[in-house]
Amino acid sequence: MRIDGRGRIDRTRPVTFRFDGRVFAGYKGDTLASALIANDVRVVGRSFKYHRPRGILTAGSEEPNALVEIVGPANQTPNTRATVQELFEGLVARSQNRWPSLRFDALEVNDLAAPFLSAGFYYKTFMWPRRFWEGLYEPVIRRAAGLGSLSGRHDEGVYEKAWAHCDLLVIGAGPAGLMAALTAARAGADVILADESSEPGGRLLSDDAVIDGLSGADWVAQVLAELASLPNVRLMTRTTVTGVYDDGTYGALERVGLHRRPRPNLPRECFWRIVAKRSVLAAGALERGIAFQDNDRPGVMLASSLPAYLNRYGVVPGQKVTLFANNDSVRATARSLMAAGVTVAAIIDPREDAPDEPGITVHKGAQVKRARGRMGLREVLVRVGGREITVETDCLGVSGGWNPSLHLTCHMNGRPRWSDDLAAFVPVEGAVPGMLVAGAANGSFSTHGCLAAGTQAARASLEALGVTVGQADLPQADDAPYRIAPLWAVPGKGRAWLDFANDVTVKDVTQSAQEGFRSVEHMKRYTTQGMAPDQGKNSNVAALAVLADATGRGIPETGTTTFRPPFAPVSIAAMGAGGRGEGFAPQRFLTSDQASRDRGAPMVEAGLWYRPGYFPKPGERTWREACDREVRMVRSSVGVTDVSTLGKIDIQGPDAGRFLDFVYTNTFSTLPVGKVRYGLMLREDGHVLDDGTCARLGQDHWLMTTTTAAAGLVMRHLEFVSQAFCAGWQVRFVSVTEAWAQFAVAGPLARDLVASALGHAPDLPFMGCAHVVVQGIAGRLFRISFSGEEGYELAVPTRYGEALFRDLTARAETMGGGLYGMEALNVLRIEKGFITHAEIHGRTTAFDIGMEKMVSGKKDCIGKAAAARPGMTGPAREQMVGLVPLTDDVLTAGAHLFAQGVDLTREHSAGYVTSVGYSPTLQSHLALGFLQNGRARHGETVRLVDRLRGVDVLCRVSDPVFHDPKGEKLRA
Amino acid sequence: MRLTCPLCGPRDRREFYYSGDAVLLARPATDAPPGAWDDYLHNRDNPAGVTQDLWYHEQGCCSWLKVTRNTVTHEILSVESVAGTSTAGGAA
Repeated sequence: MRIDGRGRIDRTRPVTFRFDGRVFAGYKGDTLASALIANDVRVVGRSFKYHRPRGILTAGSEEPNALVEIVGPANQTPNTRATVQELFEGLVARSQNRWPSLRFDALEVNDLAAPFLSAGFYYKTFMWPRRFWEGLYEPVIRRAAGLGSLSGRHDEGVYEKAWAHCDLLVIGAGPAGLMAALTAARAGADVILADESSEPGGRLLSDDAVIDGLSGADWVAQVLAELASLPNVRLMTRTTVTGVYDDGTYGALERVGLHRRPRPNLPRECFWRIVAKRSVLAAGALERGIAFQDNDRPGVMLASSLPAYLNRYGVVPGQKVTLFANNDSVRATARSLMAAGVTVAAIIDPREDAPDEPGITVHKGAQVKRARGRMGLREVLVRVGGREITVETDCLGVSGGWNPSLHLTCHMNGRPRWSDDLAAFVPVEGAVPGMLVAGAANGSFSTHGCLAAGTQAARASLEALGVTVGQADLPQADDAPYRIAPLWAVPGKGRAWLDFANDVTVKDVTQSAQEGFRSVEHMKRYTTQGMAPDQGKNSNVAALAVLADATGRGIPETGTTTFRPPFAPVSIAAMGAGGRGEGFAPQRFLTSDQASRDRGAPMVEAGLWYRPGYFPKPGERTWREACDREVRMVRSSVGVTDVSTLGKIDIQGPDAGRFLDFVYTNTFSTLPVGKVRYGLMLREDGHVLDDGTCARLGQDHWLMTTTTAAAGLVMRHLEFVSQAFCAGWQVRFVSVTEAWAQFAVAGPLARDLVASALGHAPDLPFMGCAHVVVQGIAGRLFRISFSGEEGYELAVPTRYGEALFRDLTARAETMGGGLYGMEALNVLRIEKGFITHAEIHGRTTAFDIGMEKMVSGKKDCIGKAAAARPGMTGPAREQMVGLVPLTDDVLTAGAHLFAQGVDLTREHSAGYVTSVGYSPTLQSHLALGFLQNGRARHGETVRLVDRLRGVDVLCRVSDPVFHDPKGEKLRA
Repeated sequence: MRLTCPLCGPRDRREFYYSGDAVLLARPATDAPPGAWDDYLHNRDNPAGVTQDLWYHEQGCCSWLKVTRNTVTHEILSVESVAGTSTAGGAA
């Protein structure tokens, strides 16, 4: 019901929305919950297990009942708290966990079957037969229990993530948080004030507090105006700080677009990582209920939600309100409701010495025994002075006291301490380094106490940062003491609810204790208490108290479960913002990328790079046809391919040669200027790290190339070796991979093509390098080959890469050659027995790949000592071999090798296949692989088996170099 | 988690690459007995308490850093550049 003249909603801006298909009206400024209350919608969902009708319980993010699905054009978001979801024009919401409708839910039979469904029921009931669990029981239970549903489609919504840094992060903008922020901001600190609500102010917007003679709301407005005038304050509303991490890092979720009509590019949420030198936790306190029979009936609410709904949204959930509280906090609520014209039927106070309240019946020493009204509260049964009376009422506000919102103080292992005075857990000092807790979050519940604590926390935080804070007058406010007599559960028959979200009752907890689950951690897991999305914010302490009672211990001895991040649910989409599809990893593109795509080349991923697979010609139907043609082209005329993805490291200094000798197995310091050498690099454990060439461009100037895959790895390795072991050496290096575009030109006509591009014959010996001028551009020429043909690599600064690529392509085509892609490149190198990281995969030694002679005996190098260990060489090792099928069959990488006649079991595996391809040159499928004692078994026949893909082929073992074994073509 | 790089200042852990125990700085001589190499390459303590490990400021200055930290409290006790701190062996 809407109350005239109350609330902070904008009554000039009506908003229509849908709930379960029906159209309703609300106002800008409403939450979905307040708008439903305004429209007298009482049942908003069905409970998790028993499918009981449930109404709205709270006015905050801790809401356990009012979870709905929000249906948008691009997504369907389940388990959205109606108390948090702000209203916007066209909002579509649906209730959850009911079929066929909220009013008639077929699974309400679960409620009748409740005696069989108590804690641990499925551990006991669905034990037998075992095989029924996966096929039958679990799917049925999953369908019956549970919350919202997903659309089954990708979430196409936009999400963001962002970083922020500050001196002081203030969490919560109630009286304590506002004073903390104001104090720090006035002192010049860089302040972030984060508050999860749409409006800062906290309970000052709901309660009737008076500060410095102003209403709470007016005082808040005054503070916000001052904060807004200061450039060193960032106010983040709709931002929930969800987690505390090491070294002052905080996670926070901002609802950026969830309160607006969806539109393209409007982020739904932003996940913040905030780095703060200090923080003040001023998150307030959360009210808790009291358990009694059927206390989950729609219309039974937390008492503090009533003034929040009245003063923030101008709505009341009933016309005749009853209050049931074991503390004084509902007295102001009663007065506030009466002032708004709402009837307050009675205050039911279990304390014999409860104060009177003018104009209201106060039942002292009384308890609510039971609530009645399945689809909406009608009356409550009250036990008072040994007799029972019935109070007609449509809304019961319950307050069992307040729990400080200390959740964040537990995120780094802090254990809260029990306070008998407050009947609540309070945070311990120093639970989070750099964080102070102020106000209600620290158990200080009066407005004055909050203002003072906020000021003090800010002052202490800044002083720790070396900033002196001037004295300022504290605003005047009430300082009423908090008086409470603990009452957790009203004794009696029937089911009394603790955890509404997971349908846990008092009986479940006592049963847990009876069955031996007496530890709080065991009870939690056995009953699922506190394990729903709300993490038991309203119910954990009461459940603990019931457990303590059932086990005959006090609450401090019983202990408490702790809180882990996140404080409130965080969508994975927000944490992984930007990481879907192409955003998953950075993309690196060659200078020839567009030219390759223009020719229809499918691009394949190579690490982060995209490289052309092959260049299809008209009439070619398969990649194989294109690949075979490209291989033949390189072997018979000339091919061009972009090899810029290889890592390039520029190394300079008088000690560069010495450094290379230390990181490569072979010697480089003796290499003449103008020459290139192939080098092998080991890890310190003696296995091969990488291979590549290194060119000596000048006396103290070298250019190392690495494989595409290991470019980052090698750079990291060189930095380590240099910094850790070569201190004082005169050598410096830097990655220049992106600085140079480099193209391989290979084939019998390679020299002619290079001559045509340079305007003169290259005149380089095999493994030579030179500075050259390519059509006016200073470049480099290397005579190296990864194909087995005469080969050159021509490098120019990146900005000329595309032009040179197009030029070389055109020249090659006039000579009968052309482009070749990764597929052909792979076949060419397999034919030649050249290795890639398919072979040097981290478990192979120099011996395994037949390069043990490259480990120089004359000098130390990384990996040398370990490579000499027993077991790193010898006939027991799997050694690299070539494999040629005896038949015309396709071979597969990953297949295992077996001697003929043995059982195909794992222990008989004598090796495996690493690379395969069809060789148009040899007109056969070929493979490279590793075979035990393989070098001594050339000519032998082995069985190649890939059970996954149904391959079983006899192969002849051969030398891995299939093509031009003497290297005559290379040196031509 | 944040590390204070001696060159770049305090930075988020995402800028760093973690490599493992700082024992890697104490490289044995090439002719050291196999046991010494085994300890260097493979044997690691797993302390509940203070430990030293190596981090690489890959998205910063490329410094290799020796970080002393407490695995229980997560406290970072010191961050220093490895340059010149290796205790033995080294390059010939």
